[in-house]
Amino acid sequence: MPQQQIQLTVNGDDHTVTVDPSTPLLYVLRNELGLNGPKYGCGLQQCGSCRVLVDGEARATCQLPVSAVEDQPITTLAGLSGEDGGLHPVQAAVVDEQAAQCGYCVNGVIITAVALLSDTPDPDRAEITDGMNEVLCRCGTHARFVRAIQSAADAVDA
Amino acid sequence: MSDDAPKRDASESSLSRRIFLKSAGTVAVGFSLLPGCQRTDGETEEDPDADPARSSDLPPSLAQHPRIDAWLQVLGDGRLRVYTGKMELGQGIRVAIAQVAAEELHTSPDRMEVHLAETGVTPNERYTSASVSIEHSATSVRHASATARRILKAQAAQQFGASPDDVDVDDGTLSTGDQSATFAEVLGGEQITETVTAPADLRPTDEREWVGEPVQRKDIERMVRGDEVYVQDLQFEGMVHARVVRPPGYGASLENVDVQTVQNEIDGVEQVVQNGSFLAVVADGEHQALQAQQALRENAQWSEPSSLPADTPLEEHIRDLPSETESVVDDGSAGEGERVSASFFRPYVMHGSLGPSCAVGHYDGDRLRIWTHSQGVYPLRDTLTELVDLPPEKIEVKGVPGSGCYGHNGADDVAADVALLAMEIPNRHVRLQWEREDEHGWEPYGSAMLMDVEARLGDDGTIQNWQFDVWSDTHSTRPGGDPGNLLAGRYVEDASELTSRGYLAGGYRNSIPYYELPSRRVDAHFFDGPLRVSALRGLGAHANVFAIESMMGELADRADADPVAFRRRHLEDPRAVAVLDAVAESAQNVTVGTDEGLGYGFARYKNSASYCAVAAKVQAQGDDVTVTHLWGAIDAGEIINPDGLRNQLEGGMIQSTSWMLNEEVQFDETHVTSREWGSYPILRFEEVPVVEATVLDRPDEPSLGAGEAAQGPATGAVGNAIARATGTRVRSLPVRSS
Repeated sequence: MPQQQIQLTVNGDDHTVTVDPSTPLLYVLRNELGLNGPKYGCGLQQCGSCRVLVDGEARATCQLPVSAVEDQPITTLAGLSGEDGGLHPVQAAVVDEQAAQCGYCVNGVIITAVALLSDTPDPDRAEITDGMNEVLCRCGTHARFVRAIQSAADAVDA
Repeated sequence: MSDDAPKRDASESSLSRRIFLKSAGTVAVGFSLLPGCQRTDGETEEDPDADPARSSDLPPSLAQHPRIDAWLQVLGDGRLRVYTGKMELGQGIRVAIAQVAAEELHTSPDRMEVHLAETGVTPNERYTSASVSIEHSATSVRHASATARRILKAQAAQQFGASPDDVDVDDGTLSTGDQSATFAEVLGGEQITETVTAPADLRPTDEREWVGEPVQRKDIERMVRGDEVYVQDLQFEGMVHARVVRPPGYGASLENVDVQTVQNEIDGVEQVVQNGSFLAVVADGEHQALQAQQALRENAQWSEPSSLPADTPLEEHIRDLPSETESVVDDGSAGEGERVSASFFRPYVMHGSLGPSCAVGHYDGDRLRIWTHSQGVYPLRDTLTELVDLPPEKIEVKGVPGSGCYGHNGADDVAADVALLAMEIPNRHVRLQWEREDEHGWEPYGSAMLMDVEARLGDDGTIQNWQFDVWSDTHSTRPGGDPGNLLAGRYVEDASELTSRGYLAGGYRNSIPYYELPSRRVDAHFFDGPLRVSALRGLGAHANVFAIESMMGELADRADADPVAFRRRHLEDPRAVAVLDAVAESAQNVTVGTDEGLGYGFARYKNSASYCAVAAKVQAQGDDVTVTHLWGAIDAGEIINPDGLRNQLEGGMIQSTSWMLNEEVQFDETHVTSREWGSYPILRFEEVPVVEATVLDRPDEPSLGAGEAAQGPATGAVGNAIARATGTRVRSLPVRSS
């Protein structure tokens, strides 16, 4: 498909990119905008690694054409921190709990947890594992992520 | 990425050569008929018998690279750069290395910058494998740092006109009375070039500030911010993107491909590269590379690949394959008592890295540079020389973390792919991101294994005789100088045949029970199986411990004994008893309801590294089981970072549970059919048990490798818990297919 100009709003900033409109959002974010949060994991929307928030909803970007999100606000991992660089409570909780081994899944975990907590501000363990179930982690760091999400919920509550 | 490290030649020494050859001899025992066995497979550090530490007072890496500035450099800005020949694989090696350097230099770990494996820059520590990074690399850094502290104090004392005993070291500064100077000032811009010839006096246990503390990893904040962390994140000016088109099966060859159509139809195609049956495309954009890959697939004709044995159950197929036998131990077949026997099976298991392998290459017409998450930058370099026809001094390989690998995944293969492509497109950075199906379908799996166990249980309730036969393929085909071990090496025009069988001894890792048994026979039978295999976390220990611990559970039941008491009856090592007692204590007040079961597993990894015990609670639900709780205890000697150790134990238990419940690489007669997560399901959040990890610190004992310790015990514990909950013994993995 020929290239087109596409308007994107990412992490509060407006961008114009010239790409094939069928390009998955993932590659535009990573290669055109230099945003390393969303990761390539499977290309099949099976693992969650490439998720971003599209209008507040956690969505896989590996098959999502960039043209489909032209008018919607997109937030990546980098956009969760405050302008002063302060971490979002979920990011801070992952650091505090040292909830990572290789950390490749951390993007999908945090993005999904932020969406989960906006719908369910005070989740119990079952609600967390249910909400996180589409995100894969291979190192077995799940238990730490659950603790981190719980403590982020408590921090937001407080 | 920081590329400002000075180039130094820290790579080779005559000593390393000597140890290399000595180790190779050990590996080759019993396989003299196989070609190439005189050359090491590169897994010497995975072979405890070949561990050069046994013949030296110094940690082996330090004995090979004794100059202090090979490990440690003092920077002008108050920081210290610590060099390790190991890679960050998600195990947090950087913080552990920073901690030991900080401890011995009496300086905050915040000042330490840890430089990961890079050819020509860091010591050549071969592979980051076998859980020896702490034992070999961190211990080397520690002794180098302690020696550096002594030298710094002596030099400062001279400059201050004081006695070394009167010089204090505090956070990068040396002082006495009202005089003080930073490390860099004392050295006057020089580095410490003295060699370490003997173990240094380490800081006394009761004065330690950093070792044993849960110092946080610095990289996790970078991860949560989405900063550049992984090789997948590297971006270079003018970088182009590549994709490889795989054959339909291992034995297929490329007969014809319509390159012109692809180049005409797809925008942005820089070049289609065809070299024998190695087929790839390089394009300006990543999406364009993907489109061109698809077009190439549609325009390529391949020969019929050889058939895989899809019609026979794998267990039967393996038993029927020709094999070569090696005696692991044989101290008699005597022993009276009730005969208890069983066969156990583990299928092929994949590493399944969440991020498929990736590498970047650049060839400037003279030198080739590779950015890779390989576990062995030097062996990779030495293997690439033949593939790209460049001498080793013209190849630089820089380690950059990737997605967790848990052993030898596609990391080296993608680096070899990108090396071939970079040579074709000089002066451009070429990035190759493997697709999910490349990783799932082409990585070297953990070997399928079969274990026959027969024990004699005496009237006194102790085991009188133990017979164990294990069938396994090799457990390492790391590059090791053999281009045939790199995927591309088998498909290029001058394809390399495999010339060695790699690290066969991995198949009998932990096949000798750590229990006290009056007579034992263990034989290993090596077959050449249908799928590509290499090192997966724990090598053969996972399946062997599964079989041993399942049998221990069964024998305890036959002896009408408590499973913990039964194991204790056969253990003399108090450290083994201590980890078992720790999990028994954690689980002792747990209520076990109807359809529930509690089970135990124990092993000392490699029978020489960490002690680990696991208790598991499961709940049977119709035909399925849920693992609800895991308790683990580990003794890894002196703990460098208790939180890192706990993280490894928690993760190991969860991953092991995933392997044993769910995982099985499936194939049809053409190729592997487990090409995505739907056909190879791993444990998800809802299935993950509550885990509790206990770490036992032994401050006066050497630190031991821990990253692979839980794989066997956790599978053993879950299997025994399932037997209790369902009344049916687990003989064949994964549980959900049997």
